[in-house]
Formats: sequence, structure tokens, C-alpha cells
Amino acid sequence: MVSRKVRTQAGLSTVAWIVIMALVVVAGAGAYYYAQRRAAQPQPQEKIGGTVTVLGVWGGSELESFLAMVKPFEEASGVNVEFEGTRDLNAVLTTRIQGGNPPDVAGLPGPGQMAEFAKAGNLVPLNTVVDMNAMSEQYAQSWIDLGTVDGNLYGIFIKAALKGLIWYNKPKFEQAGYTIPQTWDELMALTERIAGEGKTPWCIGLESGAASGWPATDWIEDIVLRSAGAGIYDQWYRHEIAWTDPRIRSAWEQFGRIATNPKYVYGGTQGVLATNFGESPNALFTDPPGCYLHHQATFIQDFIQKQYPNLRAGEDFDFFAFPTITANVPKAVVAGGDLFGMFKDTPQARALMKYLTTPEAYAIWVKRGAALSPNRKVSADNYPDPLSRRAAEILTAADAARFDASDLMPEALNSAFWKGTLDYVQAPHRLDEILGNLERVAQEAYKK
Amino acid sequence: MMAQALRVLRRTPLHAVVIGMCLIWLIPAIGLLVSSFRPPRLVAATGWWTAFIPPLQFTLDNYRQVLGAYNMGRSFMNSLFISLPATVIPIMVAAYAAYAFAWMRFPGREILFTIVVGSLVIPLQMTLIPVLRLFTSLDLVGTYPAIWMAHTGYGLPFAIYLLRNFIGALPKDLLEAAAIDGADPLTVAPMTVTVSNLVNSLGQNWQLLTAAAFISMSVPLVVFFTLQRYFVRGILAGAVKG
Amino acid sequence: MASTLLLAAVVMAGVPLLQFGYAVLIEAGIRRLPERRQWALRPWLWLAPALGFIGIFLIYPAISTVVLSLFDARSVRFVGAQNYVFAFTHPEMLIAFRNNLLWLVFFTGFTVSFGLLGAVLTDRVRYEGVAKTVMFLPMAISFVAAGVIWKFVYEFRPAGAPQIGLLNAALTGLLPGFRPLAWLVDPRTNNFALIAVAVWVWVGFCLVILSAAVKSTPAELLEAARVDGATEWQVVLRIMFPLLMPTITVVATTMIIFALKAFDVVYVMTSGNFGTEVIASRMYKELFNFRHFGRASAIAVILFAATVPVMVANIRRFRQQEAIR
Repeated sequence: MVSRKVRTQAGLSTVAWIVIMALVVVAGAGAYYYAQRRAAQPQPQEKIGGTVTVLGVWGGSELESFLAMVKPFEEASGVNVEFEGTRDLNAVLTTRIQGGNPPDVAGLPGPGQMAEFAKAGNLVPLNTVVDMNAMSEQYAQSWIDLGTVDGNLYGIFIKAALKGLIWYNKPKFEQAGYTIPQTWDELMALTERIAGEGKTPWCIGLESGAASGWPATDWIEDIVLRSAGAGIYDQWYRHEIAWTDPRIRSAWEQFGRIATNPKYVYGGTQGVLATNFGESPNALFTDPPGCYLHHQATFIQDFIQKQYPNLRAGEDFDFFAFPTITANVPKAVVAGGDLFGMFKDTPQARALMKYLTTPEAYAIWVKRGAALSPNRKVSADNYPDPLSRRAAEILTAADAARFDASDLMPEALNSAFWKGTLDYVQAPHRLDEILGNLERVAQEAYKK
Repeated sequence: MMAQALRVLRRTPLHAVVIGMCLIWLIPAIGLLVSSFRPPRLVAATGWWTAFIPPLQFTLDNYRQVLGAYNMGRSFMNSLFISLPATVIPIMVAAYAAYAFAWMRFPGREILFTIVVGSLVIPLQMTLIPVLRLFTSLDLVGTYPAIWMAHTGYGLPFAIYLLRNFIGALPKDLLEAAAIDGADPLTVAPMTVTVSNLVNSLGQNWQLLTAAAFISMSVPLVVFFTLQRYFVRGILAGAVKG
Repeated sequence: MASTLLLAAVVMAGVPLLQFGYAVLIEAGIRRLPERRQWALRPWLWLAPALGFIGIFLIYPAISTVVLSLFDARSVRFVGAQNYVFAFTHPEMLIAFRNNLLWLVFFTGFTVSFGLLGAVLTDRVRYEGVAKTVMFLPMAISFVAAGVIWKFVYEFRPAGAPQIGLLNAALTGLLPGFRPLAWLVDPRTNNFALIAVAVWVWVGFCLVILSAAVKSTPAELLEAARVDGATEWQVVLRIMFPLLMPTITVVATTMIIFALKAFDVVYVMTSGNFGTEVIASRMYKELFNFRHFGRASAIAVILFAATVPVMVANIRRFRQQEAIR
């Protein structure tokens, strides 16, 4: 530093000139760049044109399917769909909304979060964006209701999944002489029988990064729905009954009878907690099988076929529906799905949202596998294999369909529910404490 | 002969410790390297060290996918555009501030320095929303200048803190000596900061698991290896003698 | 792309020039003032660019954080100290405080001592460059990638199945009867498993800074001690160590701050589950997942307050440094 001061006294004016030149060049380049950006802003044209930004969690095959789904739209409208993927949707979405720069369209973590965004005024109502008549004609009312807050439609479903399926290795299962259980008691009897033969009945994997624990919440939801019924299920996620309610508590315990019994689960409870949900079914197909039963939604088929490309769906592996628990409770199924919401009202975003609700759009994704369509107009012929076709039929034929309860809860409660299941598997004797804590979180979360 | 053998023997523990540390540091990364050449199905099924037992099943698919589908070439250029200016600017700005903190006396200096160093602790997550709001109002969101400025703001406290210590620790006559023979003492210290900054901003970006992780490591490592010579004994000591 | 390239090139060359020119211009400007005014003004002009950046990007958000910490989830209603009560009483936060203490002790202790060991030892071998590069290597890796790397080390498979995690494979292979452990799940090991990853990443940083300091210890001094018959241990402990002390303090301070801010490794590997929550990961959840800006801000303020003692110690040291020169 000192050297510079000493050196530069003489040539001050030269330096000043250099500086001024540098200043001019930097400012000029900046202005040019800025102007270019301005010029690149979309100009509405007849064939709309322009760009729509979409923020979502997808990568890999899901992203490829989505891009295939929007390709005809891009060609027809001239709109360029720019997908931005993130593993941490909540962080990016919150930052961008609060920072005043939301994406045009974004995937939403669930109806619970969608309602939070809608109430905060971040989402654009879709009533005038999509064709509401076509919607009520093509969708079951429950799917529309899930996307509706205070009478306005805010979210549409891009794809759906059927939950509450139990997957098994068909040849090995039959070889061992097992039969498909119709009731919970039969399921428990089968579990005990397999364990009694010195084998492990179940594979459960709860690890899923920041969302670890969600597969266990699916279990508990399936049990509540089939033991206490859809009415109690609704009261539960709306927090009209307490978490400490005996019907909820017993659902946890029934899950715990399997998940916390080291003889019933592959790898013991440490295996349950440490195994990634996507890798969990792999043990069905080892020789000898590490386990015989695996509880998971339809999308797990994609994971199985990635790991074992040679297995044929329906022949080498299959699923059966989660059995009845209480005999007089009407049959109901739990579904899940990926929601999209619109954060900026631009012509391009409107056009995209409208397109995404059409049967033609859904058919593209459905044909590629690993997804079900919430739109009834998508015919069963579009499903590429017997398993997804059967799942689609179960989904449309169910007496009552309910959405994944944890996704319907406010995010703080959803996250506490996930975490609570992990604590429960690790320390089953703490159940009362865990439920008490969930009740506290719920009271606060539903207050606001 | 005997003396030499004794010398080798006496130095064995030294080599054992250094090589042992290197192995501990290297082996996990080797696991990543090997896994990046294995088919994903095998990665999930068997340990990476079993890859060397025949039949050998290596593949370039992971790299092909990452380079093709995820447009790594473009990300790579993007990362360079972000990291180079984002490294140079804070160090330049920090050097002046550090010099002022180290060698000038003025009221409020200690308070100010405490604030600067204290801002190291401010969790970046808390600043994201206000900063994004500012950029939105200036219509700068998503532009390179915005990213450079943000990196500069976030990187400054650390750079000032480190540089202040380097500069502050130099004996006064070193600065004067350097001024006379024209060597710039600041070129030495910033190199350390440059390397750690550059490495951070370059290494931060992609997360496409094995193959991507490995590609992303290569540049910072080459930079570090090239700059090794600046960490060689005697640069500072030599300057004092000179 | 082309315009960006141009812009980047201009900025790379232009900014140093601007900075340099700025210094020259202010020197030229204040030279016209009386000597005393010059010295009153000069430091501020030298500091101005840095303070501007820090003010906009850090101080202003920090002040707004302090204000928000006194408001409710949506930042509309004043709630006083309620968020702080939450932060100091919530069971998850108490776990986080305990874990940050573990991080403070073990992360700081191991990074600094390994860094020091590496700096002193690599100075004595011929393959120094290679050894240092190897230990610096993890610094070049993003935390997400580091998470992937260490998954391959900690991965758990039930006993009997082939272990794909290095640690379980080695231990089951070497110790007969060892049952594989889920290192990241088991509450006895998981915090230490996470700290180990962070240590692995940051030792390289400590090593490089400390190594530079080792290089600057005057060779004559060390040689003189050796001639006087001091053993190598004595040379290191009695002569080199005191000379390195200021640098060790700097490195340790930095590591303490990182220990308090510990986030990435925890978030990537366990998300704070199984009793591994740290203060910053809890703040992140409150901020981005629950959108409770009041609580997130209160936790951030606590994090900031926790470093005040470290800052005081540093300022005291700077005073000493200035007193002796």
C-alpha cells in the first residue's frame, strides 16, 4: 500500500485517466447488459410466445416426464417453459415470495401449505384461469375441493398416487405358501407366521432427508382410515379431535406392533430409521428375501424397476390393498398428489395452467409410467402396465377417497408428525409424551 | 550407512503420521470417485471397494448424463462467471479496509471492527429475504452483478478479519522495506484468502451426486495445487531480510 | 452469453483498477486539507467501500432481524419477548444448545489441533505439497457432496447383508461379532459422526493458514535452538508454538464461529432428526418451513449474542498485538 502511495505521486493524472476510463467501461458494460435484459422481457404476441418459469422439486425421470408433458404446449403456444429444480422447495419458495420475486408457477408441498400461501395472498385464484365447467366434469369433486380455499380454486393436481398398498415378491410369496390377507388380523397372523419361520416379514424405510418419517405417517393414516373411518380421519387432520384421542393413539400402537418389533422388521428399528424409503423394497428381491412385505404408494414401482429393470410388473412383483381393520367401516383409500399453484398472473402462466388440467396433458405423463391421473377422462388404456392400471381403477372406484392427512396439516404440524414417528420408532415407551407434544404443536398451528 | 538407517528409522513415525492423515482424508473421496464410475444399481447394492473384484463393471454413464442432461458445461461457465469476480472484488475491497483497521488510528475503530467481525456470525439465511427485496426493487434479480455484489457483501467480513491479522502481524519495518524495494506485501496474504474464497464459491454449486461432485472438485483443486508455491517457506521471512 | 463474458472480463480487470484509482483519488483529494483533518478523514475513506457493502448485505438485514424477533409469525403483531421465551424453553432448542456446545468443543478442538499437527509435520517432509493438497481437498467440495461422500462411509445395512458403508464393512470384517451400527441414527454416535464430517472438511483450511504461519517463523531462531541442543519437540513447543499463538487464535476464533453456525452437514445428513438438531438448523426450519419469522429471528439474535465473548477476546488480543509492536 505504502509503495503505491509513494509510486503514484508523480503520475497522478495518468492514473486518474485510467480510473475514469475504467469507470466508463464498467458503467457502459453494465448499462448495455441491463438494457439487454430489459429488451428480453416478453412481448405479448398472437401466438403468445414469451416464457413461463416453473419451480419444482423434480429431477431425473420425473422431470423428463414433466418436460414431455409440456412439450406440445410449448409447440402450440410458442411459450418457453423454464423449469427450475430445487431440492429445498420450501426455502426457495419462501425466499422468493418474501423477496417479492416469486416464480410464475410452482409445485406446492401439499394442500396444507397451499392454504397457507392462499390465505397470505401469495397465490392467484384460478377460477377465471381454468375452465371450471370442464373441471367439475372431468375431476372427482374431492380433487377440486382439495385445491380450493374459501371458495376459490388455487391448486391443480399434476399427478396422483394411490397410497396404502402392500407390495410383495410374487414368486417367493407363493412359493412359501402365503396367502393374501383380507383383514388386519390375518395380516398380523401372516406377520407372526413369517417371523415364526425364522424369516423377516416387513421392510420399512423411513429415511427421506428433511422429510424423514413420512412413510410412517402414511401407515398411521391408513390405519386411522380403516379402523376409525373417514369421519374421524377428517376430524383428526382438521384438529377437531386431539392427538391424544384413544382412536389416534391406538393407530400409532398398531403401527408400532410391527415397526418397533425387531423380529418383524428387516434390520430392526435401526434398519427402519436408517434405510432410505426408495431403497427399502430392494430387500424383497434378494435371495433369500430379506423381507416379504412392503407398505408404500404406487410410485415405489418406479424405484423397484430402476433397481431391478428385469422384473415384470404383476408377475415378479405385485401389490394388494391394505386390509380392512374394523369390519363395518366403509372401504376408503388414501391418495396423494403433486399440486401446482400460480404465483404470478401472466398470460403465459394462465395458458400453462389451463393446459395442465386437460386430459391430453395427463395422458402423456401417465403413459410414461409411475403416475396416476386425477382427471377421470384419461382412459385406462394409457397406463403402461397392469399394476398402474389396477391402481387407477381402485382410485376411481373407491367409496371414499381421502388425501394424505399429513399433507393437509399446517407445515409445522406436518413436520412434527414426521419427526414424532421417528421418535416413536426409536423409543416406543415415549408415545404419550410424543402425542402430547403433537397436540401442543397442533393447538398453536391451528390458532393462527 | 548406520547413521542413515537410524535417521530413516527415527523419521518413520513422522512419515507414518503424515501418510496416515492423508489416507484418512483421501479414502472417503476415493469412495466417491470409484462410485462415480459404477452403475447406480451396484452402488446401492455393494461397497465401492468390491468394484475391483472381477468381473469389473465400470461405466461412464454417470458422467455422460451429468454432462449432457444437466448442462454441466453451461453450469461450469456460470460458476466461473460467478466465482471469479466474486473472489476478486471482496479481496480488493477488504484489503483497503483491513489496512485501515491495522495501521490507522481513529475514534470508533474497535467498535467498528467488532461490528465487522461480528457480522461473520449473522446467519446468511436471515439476510436472503431483505437482500432479495432490494434486488427486486432494482430489477437486478438473477443477474450476474447482483450475485457478485451479494458474494462481496457476504465474503467481506471474513476477508477483512483474515487480512487484518496478516497485515497487523507484519512488523512495521517490513512494510517500509517492502515499500522501498517495490515488493507489495499484500500480495502474499490475499493469496491464502483467495484460495479459500475461490474454493468455496466454486465448490458450492452443483449437487448431482457422484459424478457431478467429482467434476466440481477438479477446478478448485487445480487452482489450489497451482498456487501451492505461494505457501512455501520463506516468502515473508525473505522479505524481512531483503 | 457473449455480453456476459465481456462484462465478466471488464469487471475482473475494472474493479481492481477502480479500487486502486479510488485510493489514488481520495489521497489526491484529502491532500488539499490540513494535515490533521487528513488523518481524521483518511481511515473513513479507506473503509467506505467495505462498510457500504457490509451495511447493505449484513448490518441492515441484521437490524431488521432484531426488530422482527419482537413480532409474531407474520411480523404484524408486537409480542415482546415471547419468541425468546420459546427459544430458551422449547425442548428441541434445548437439544440444539447442547449439541452446539458439543460442536464448539469437539469441532474447534479437532480442526485446530489436526490443522496444527498437519502444518508442523508436513513442513518436515518432501512430499509436503501433495500432503497438503490431499488434506485441503475436502474444502473444494460442497457440503451436499461431502454428505454423499460420508453416506458411503456411514451407510448401514442390516447384519448379514453385505455392508456398503466403509465403516461398518471394516468393523464387521475386523471385529468378529460386531453388529453394524446406524451411525447417524444411534444417539450415542450421531452427533460425533456429524462433527467428524465437518472436521474432515475444515482441517484443510486451518492447515493452510497455520502452515503459512509456520513458514514465517524465522529459520535462524529454530536453528539456533537446535544448535544449543534442544530436541525437536522442544523446538516446536517452546519456540514455534508461542510464535504461532496469534495465528492459532485467529483460526480458533473462525472455527468457533463456524461451530456456532454449524448447519450444512447437519441439514444434509440428518436434518436435525434423532437428537442432532443445532441452533442454525432449527432457525432454518422456523424461517423456511414454518415461516415463523419472529422465532427464526429470535434464534438468529441468540446465535449472534453467543459470539460476543469471542469478539471481546479478539479485541483484547488486537490491543496486545498493537502494544508490542
